[in-house]
Amino acid sequence: MTVHITRHGDASDGGTDAVGGRLSRVDGPAKITGAARYAVEQHLQGLAYAVLVESTIAAGKVQSIDATEARAAPGVLLVLTPDNAMPLKTASDWFGNTPPDVPYCPLARDIIFSGQHVAAVVAETFEQAVAAAALVKVAYDETPAIVDLNDPKAGDGIPIDAMTKEWGDASAAFTAAPVRICSAYTTPREYQVPMEPHGLIAAWQGDRLTVWEPSQWLDGMARTYAEWFAIPFENVRLVAPYVGGGFGSKALALSHGAIAASAAKMLGRPVKLVMTRPQTFTGYGGRASTRQTLALGADAEGRIQSIVHRGVNETSMDGMWVEPLGSTTAIMYAAPNFSSRQNVVRVNTVTPGAMRAPGENPSAFGIESAIDELAYEVGIDPLEIRLRNYAEQDPHTRKAWSTRQLREAFAAGAERFGWSKRTAAPRSMRDGNHLVGWGVAAGTYPVRRAYGEAMVRILADGSVEVESSSIDMGQGTYTILAQTAAETLGVPVEQVSVKLGDSHFARAGVTGGSRLAGVMTGAVFKAAGQALDELIGLALSDPRSPFETLQANTLSVRGGRIASPRGEGPELSIAELMSKLGRDSIEAKGDTMPANSTLEERYKNYTTIAMALPHTEGDYSRYSWCAHFVEVRVDEDFGTVRVSRVVSAMDCGRLYNPKLAESQWKGGIIMGIGQALLEEGIVDRRHGRIVNNNLGDYLVPTNADIPDIEVISVGIPDLHSSALGGKGAGEVGIVGVAPAIANAVFHATGKRVRDLPITLEKLI
Amino acid sequence: MRNFSYLRATSTEAARRAAALPGAMLLAGGTTLIDLAKCGVAEPDTLVDISHLKGLDRIEIDEHGATIGALARMSHVADNAEIKSRFPAISEALWQAASAQLRNMATIGGNLMQRTRCPYFRDPSNFSACNKRQPDSGCAAIGGVTRGHAVLGTSEACIAMYPGDLATALVAFDATVHLDERQMPVDAFFLLPGTTPQREHPLEPGEMITAISLPASAAARRSTYLKVRDRQSYEFAAASAAVGLELEADGRTIRDLRVALGGVATKPWRARAVEDALKGKVLEEETVRQASRLAVEGAVDHGANHYKIELAPRVVARAILKMGEAA
Ligand SMILES: Cc1cc2nc3c(=O)[nH]c(=O)nc-3n(C[C@H](O)[C@H](O)[C@H](O)COP(=O)(O)OP(=O)(O)OC[C@H]3O[C@@H](n4cnc5c(N)ncnc54)[C@H](O)[C@@H]3O)c2cc1C
Ligand code: SF4
Repeated sequence: MTVHITRHGDASDGGTDAVGGRLSRVDGPAKITGAARYAVEQHLQGLAYAVLVESTIAAGKVQSIDATEARAAPGVLLVLTPDNAMPLKTASDWFGNTPPDVPYCPLARDIIFSGQHVAAVVAETFEQAVAAAALVKVAYDETPAIVDLNDPKAGDGIPIDAMTKEWGDASAAFTAAPVRICSAYTTPREYQVPMEPHGLIAAWQGDRLTVWEPSQWLDGMARTYAEWFAIPFENVRLVAPYVGGGFGSKALALSHGAIAASAAKMLGRPVKLVMTRPQTFTGYGGRASTRQTLALGADAEGRIQSIVHRGVNETSMDGMWVEPLGSTTAIMYAAPNFSSRQNVVRVNTVTPGAMRAPGENPSAFGIESAIDELAYEVGIDPLEIRLRNYAEQDPHTRKAWSTRQLREAFAAGAERFGWSKRTAAPRSMRDGNHLVGWGVAAGTYPVRRAYGEAMVRILADGSVEVESSSIDMGQGTYTILAQTAAETLGVPVEQVSVKLGDSHFARAGVTGGSRLAGVMTGAVFKAAGQALDELIGLALSDPRSPFETLQANTLSVRGGRIASPRGEGPELSIAELMSKLGRDSIEAKGDTMPANSTLEERYKNYTTIAMALPHTEGDYSRYSWCAHFVEVRVDEDFGTVRVSRVVSAMDCGRLYNPKLAESQWKGGIIMGIGQALLEEGIVDRRHGRIVNNNLGDYLVPTNADIPDIEVISVGIPDLHSSALGGKGAGEVGIVGVAPAIANAVFHATGKRVRDLPITLEKLI
Repeated sequence: MRNFSYLRATSTEAARRAAALPGAMLLAGGTTLIDLAKCGVAEPDTLVDISHLKGLDRIEIDEHGATIGALARMSHVADNAEIKSRFPAISEALWQAASAQLRNMATIGGNLMQRTRCPYFRDPSNFSACNKRQPDSGCAAIGGVTRGHAVLGTSEACIAMYPGDLATALVAFDATVHLDERQMPVDAFFLLPGTTPQREHPLEPGEMITAISLPASAAARRSTYLKVRDRQSYEFAAASAAVGLELEADGRTIRDLRVALGGVATKPWRARAVEDALKGKVLEEETVRQASRLAVEGAVDHGANHYKIELAPRVVARAILKMGEAA
């Protein structure tokens, strides 16, 4: 549990605390001074340490585990193998689908990927556990592995009918089109690599389990732990006061969590388990590798007649991860004929997972590269072709856009970037040894909506507390919820403290799909409104209140002081009023669920994603949008690509805090630069194993790789998307960056790179 | 648990004696050694800490050359004004290496001794075959992921690339490595893998680097270190070149030229063929590009590292041409 006293930012913030103000991150000082204590930094009495033993083969069976030496090693408390592991139950999936009553063992006998957990060693100290883990001898029966999508044994995969999107007659229209292009695009395995690795401390008190664990979804993970151990949901408490980045990887309880919690139960001691950096490449899934083919047919002016899209992504042997590759494809342009289908191929990998804009991101790499190719084929400007094919409504559902400021984004971005000065021909802009290229691409991400809950408490001293089991992984939840409560209650933001990251607080759904800000500002707005109503109600009706005699209908609060709207009668601070009322606190737990929701529905809403509201519900289709303009410099001799300028215009509706939104966009753009130029999990094809599983070899951008990035907001409030008019801002920024860079590289060099990342050997 | 003892040496002499014992290793900045110990590659029984020893961190420069103590920090050497003006390639090689934090910890002696980044070498629990780690166990890299491996100086036993930047610049300028009782040219300090890739230096047990010396030269004064990589910073070289140039009085004929390659060979690689081909020639782009191809004579690729054969001569040519312009 953490309390942040909010503070005004410096003068550059523009000084406004209310929703829409550029308040600096209220958790910033705690983080930069080291005062912030992360989940696994709790000091517990009697803490024991667990270390994982992982499979060194990619496919086969564990023949035997010899743990004799490990058990005898100094300090060892327990060696956990499938033979002595606690019987657990299989938990439901994130839709809440309850599986058949089958046992679950987080340690594998059947090996389906390299790096799978096969045993764990628990010892008095971390060093003892590490040493003993190296003594565990595992014998395997190895069988041939399917290493990746390109493995000849991989086949075409399983068709996912739910992904099929078709209208018109796409193949006939393609054949008939006067201009046609057809290309294949691939993206490799990419990894979230959050700074804070995954890990947890698990502690039992009887049949109550407390887990300190970085999490993007305390309630969802608590549900999984409860189901594994067959204890009531209420008996599990998840705590994650700060989260050091997640990017999609921290939303679900994972097998290492089950291992640590089992060990803690068996030993009757708290157990800490933290993954090593290499383990974070196989302990859970990064972005699946993908392959797409796109056939675009157009008329001579570049108006698209048909899009035929086929996508494939990898998944594991036992899990089904679908990376929706047709998601951006289907909505970006007005195509009268369209066909998109997708297969999923099983390979020997850990089940891939969510990573910033799953689906939309690789999908955009395909369509936004392909339309660029089409522009050159037709001989028109890459920006012009996008405007010629502008989708005035959702081409898939045929619904009106709630808001779509993409045309405005193109215009604002082009203006700031100076796009009109671009010379059309590839290799036509040179600066010494550098070939200069300008590229553009658009991006989008749906507005995922859900119901939220929050507790707002007005205290005797006039301060306000907000509580929620939602989390802050750096995106600014602490800050915007303080701003929302301050604005709704009419108090200065310094008077608001926000407590997050404890599953015993008012419940919250997943922090994923860019939904949290919209959901939680709505919930706090509602709860704070209820608290205010109660305060005003008491002020008007309680005989101890100086307002009781005023005969007013309502009162208003400004700057923490309460008075009648027209100013007649007394004016008191909230603290004075609370004192007169004799109240310690006024609290309201508000939620945005339909009033008649059952307890079961509420539970389901916060612990599964089954009740998320479709972004195309009702009459509207709701998306965030963006347009990226990128300049690259390619060294002609060396093939090295450096991004020298980025201007991105973003439509995320109303911004709750522009400073935080801009940080999210820039973070996404930086991650997109990494995706375009650096990031790739490299598989040793003989062993089916990622060999660059560390931050020395899996390259993410450094500051030196990042140019000045200019972001421009072109959004307008979108009340179809959220209570306060915002659309998701966390993920859309990465979407379209990689194709914008690839397009710029083509403009610079005349070489079209269709497989990411664009490393130097592809250009020399 | 793997215990080891830690010994804080009181003098160079004491360090040498302690380091001569079986299982003992010198500890300087620790940025390589502790990393390798965590990977399970280095398994010292005794760590002999020399990082605090006095006198070994000096940088002395006069008109004849420079002497750099083995314990001088990378960042100090890179920042030294005299090094910058008399040996710009040395300074540039250092500041393009690793990260600011590492350069502040790491020493010059430790830098020379850094080990290959071959991923198979660094992961004993998954890959048992590595001749460098375990003689005669095989080589897991051959046939595997080889994008970062060497194309020059390889053997059937090992194709690991020597990743250091500084040593590349040192071989270009004929530096000498000073051990306690003897000294040798830096080129001889690095061994080719041959059939014994586990033996990287001709050091006897307990021998310690005390300093590196560099003779002053006109070529060293007009020198540069060009490092090419996908990431702008904090990455080892895809290919690099240390180049020094001296022109005749006519300002166009090459009198002296030094060329060494990094990122492509099993040891810091002096490219004498390029030097010999260009000495006495007029410095012209086409001539330089032609001659630079000689840098990769005899190169052998292993698939994914083929690009290095293409890239290295271009890096060499660019560095020479850049020095030609830097009158
Ligand atoms: C992430 C990362 C990135 C890096 N990137 C680069 C790069 O781009 N370019 C580059 O050149 N380097 C790079 N390095 C390597 C870095 O420069 C070396 O780790 C560092 O120079 C080693 O110095 P140290 O003092 O820390 O050595 P230590 O780790 O203390 O010692 C290294 C080895 O040298 C031995 N040793 C130390 N001193 C002596 C001595 N006086 N005599 C004999 N033996 C001795 C030790 O016994 C040990 O075997 C990188 C390192 C890391 C971890
Ligand atoms: S290349 Fe050398 S270091 Fe790498 S695995 Fe082979 S023998 Fe070992």
